[in-house]
Amino acid sequence: MEYDPASESAPDISGRGRSRGFSALRYKFENLFKSRDLYLGLFGIIAFVGTWHLLTGVLTLPRFEKLPNPVAVLTEFTSRHPVFGTSIYAPQYYLHILWSVWRIIEAFFLATLLGVPIGLFMGWKKVFKDYTFPILEMLRPIPVLAWVPLAILMWPGREAPIIFLAFLASFFATILNTLLGVESIDESYFRAARCLGSRPRHIFFRVVIPGALPFIFTGLQIGMGVAWFSLVAAEMLSGEYGLGYLVWDSYVLIQYPVIIIAMVTMGVTGFLFSLLIRMVGNALMRWTVREAT
Amino acid sequence: MTDKSSTKKFAGTNSAAPSGDGRIEISNVTKIYDPGGVNVCAVSDCSFDIEAGEFCVVVGPSGCGKTTLLNAIAGFHSISDGEIRLDGDVLCSATKMAEPGADRMVVFQNGALFPWCTVLKNVMYGPSVQGRMTSHQARAAALDILRELGLSEIGDAYPNEISSGMRRRVEIARALINDPKALLLDEPFRALDALTKGVAQEFLLQAYDRMKKTVFFITHDLEEALFLGTKVVIMTTRPCRVRKMITVDLPRPRTYKVRSSKRYLELKREVFDAVHEEALKAFKAGERELA
Amino acid sequence: MKSPNSSSLKKLFNKIFSKAVLRGIVAIVFSIAFWETASRFAFPLFAFVPPPSIVLSVVGESFGSLVFWENWTSSFGRVIFGFVIAQIIGIPLGLLMANNRNIHGMTFPIFEILRPIPPLAWVPASIIFWPTTELSIAFVIFLGAFFTIVINVLGGAKSIDARYIRAARSLGSNRSDMFFRIILPAVLPSIFTGMAVGMGITWEVVVAAEMIAGKSGLGYYTWESYVGGNFPRIIVGMISIGLAGYISSSMIRLIGKRSTPWLRLF
Repeated sequence: MEYDPASESAPDISGRGRSRGFSALRYKFENLFKSRDLYLGLFGIIAFVGTWHLLTGVLTLPRFEKLPNPVAVLTEFTSRHPVFGTSIYAPQYYLHILWSVWRIIEAFFLATLLGVPIGLFMGWKKVFKDYTFPILEMLRPIPVLAWVPLAILMWPGREAPIIFLAFLASFFATILNTLLGVESIDESYFRAARCLGSRPRHIFFRVVIPGALPFIFTGLQIGMGVAWFSLVAAEMLSGEYGLGYLVWDSYVLIQYPVIIIAMVTMGVTGFLFSLLIRMVGNALMRWTVREAT
Repeated sequence: MTDKSSTKKFAGTNSAAPSGDGRIEISNVTKIYDPGGVNVCAVSDCSFDIEAGEFCVVVGPSGCGKTTLLNAIAGFHSISDGEIRLDGDVLCSATKMAEPGADRMVVFQNGALFPWCTVLKNVMYGPSVQGRMTSHQARAAALDILRELGLSEIGDAYPNEISSGMRRRVEIARALINDPKALLLDEPFRALDALTKGVAQEFLLQAYDRMKKTVFFITHDLEEALFLGTKVVIMTTRPCRVRKMITVDLPRPRTYKVRSSKRYLELKREVFDAVHEEALKAFKAGERELA
Repeated sequence: MKSPNSSSLKKLFNKIFSKAVLRGIVAIVFSIAFWETASRFAFPLFAFVPPPSIVLSVVGESFGSLVFWENWTSSFGRVIFGFVIAQIIGIPLGLLMANNRNIHGMTFPIFEILRPIPPLAWVPASIIFWPTTELSIAFVIFLGAFFTIVINVLGGAKSIDARYIRAARSLGSNRSDMFFRIILPAVLPSIFTGMAVGMGITWEVVVAAEMIAGKSGLGYYTWESYVGGNFPRIIVGMISIGLAGYISSSMIRLIGKRSTPWLRLF
């Protein structure tokens, strides 16, 4: 970790320079507008949307003509009186988002609440792992979406199966990463803790949990991704509200611009969720942020 | 005799790596970095020469800018001012950056053997990509040099299957097969334990005595510097400048026994005196904080 | 010493039936027994779940029918088709993005916008665009694997240790040497990681797409069994899908291991 002037690419400022935080921030900000990447990126996105518009709206090539063009999507999205009932002014639109968000929160919290302790315990007590891990390994190769029919059979109503599927996806990812986290803790930390006179519960709370934390958050992030993924599919198959339902319903009702609106909304919402988890993780694990160069 | 002929063989016939003398002149080199808007002067007005075939060891506190100098010679970095010449030709200056090439072979601090190639393939790599040899010839030459350096048994192993000491030796072999004018080594033995290090140093000395290449060797281990070098250049704390130059007049070929000779101990005192003050300065400047 | 055979056999026996393995067997037997009783006595949640004994009897019947195996081949066909095209386009694109700043700058933001959209959300748009259901399913599968491989190749290529590049330049590599002998092998582990992850996503996608829009395949089989009220076949379908996914990822892992022999000690 020697200061190495050899690396001509500027050393990571954000990680280390808390003392120089402001000047570094300003430097970054100034560079943002100087950087080619910003303009290239804008150009790329404009080119992408432009091509899309050209193919679907202007040239109306065969097959492409059927797809909604970006202008139609944007008009629908920003209209006060949307033709298909979905725009930033339509309460219905927010209702769909809220339903999806509420479901994902329920599923994700259940999965975290169950998955993290089970994973920690599996890593902590070998006997427990010996008994539970094989069952997990037998169930895991089955894609979560193959559970759809069984979930509908098992759970009453429309709501519970959907949440169950999102839960299941997140649950496996959380358990496995937590387990991996505990197993990755250096043996010498346990020895040091014991030398310092820790009792088992001290070791559990002061070594096992913080030691596994980085992996737990990786698990949560993956878990959120797959939960969102499964939720959309479950909503498409059986739902009354939610963004997945909106996509499918718009297809059935031939309201094609709404499909794109729903897709983009899903992308943005999913992205925001994973961002949130990353931020919580970074706040809880200052030490890893500082160590990373 | 055999040594000479084998050297010729490595060089190939229409050699891309020219067999000149390998004299390096470093004059008034300055290097300023600009990480995040803060100017850092890594090297300031640094001048010294390395004679052809000389084993020059550069010593200085951690992070003093030795590596910057090496990277400039190797062609990985530009310099802000001054110039570096190899055999009279300008290698790099304020306006010109050197091109990496097979006439200046680098051995890296943490080793850079390609992990996806076996030892033999690693050693063959240079001659075969330069187009100096067919892959058949390259294989023969690589086997030759491995045999000569006592490494033939590990030819088919992957780098991560052999010990770190062995890896360093293979890397030196990979450099030497190209018959470079100069060998640039950046703390190559840093990560080795003391015993392995001793063996690796003797290995390098044997290779040097046989090939007589110009060597630019960076270390912060003073004993290593004295044991290996013909000339020891002691650098100041950043910005890097020459503080003192010491000619090591210990007889060659050297073995570990040199370390207990009287002359060695005298030189050691001289070097330690010169470096201690710099080390203190570096320590106070809180260089570690930047690490 | 006298009978090395018997002692090594004993060792082998001990290795196979170690404590952990025995515990695992106990756990699995116990959980199957629990499932059986739970279904037989209609525990909460298990009321409509067929017990394993009945599933077992259906397994024999399914394995005997040709239609069942046709579902296997059609799912596999779709997965391989979409997956292979994703690799053919994705790997070069990822490498190109890593090596050319302009291309990276232009395409990366588009990726970042499209990537968080779950692949299945593309199903309706895909059905609208492509003339046949088969093509639209293949396209969604392609998307699932495509983003993963591009991101992995890009990440792998960007994290190549600068030392290797420098060493290769010093040794006199030209552009094609640099690409084929340095960058490609250095990225290979990331390619296989991306493939393994992508294969997992691919099976998720194919199953759901078949349930939503398919007329054949294991996902369709499972969904049809539900719609037709033939519940034990749901479980057969699930197990088949799990098995198929497992076989595919094992193949990729195996090929990956073979192609990167230098990683075997890591």
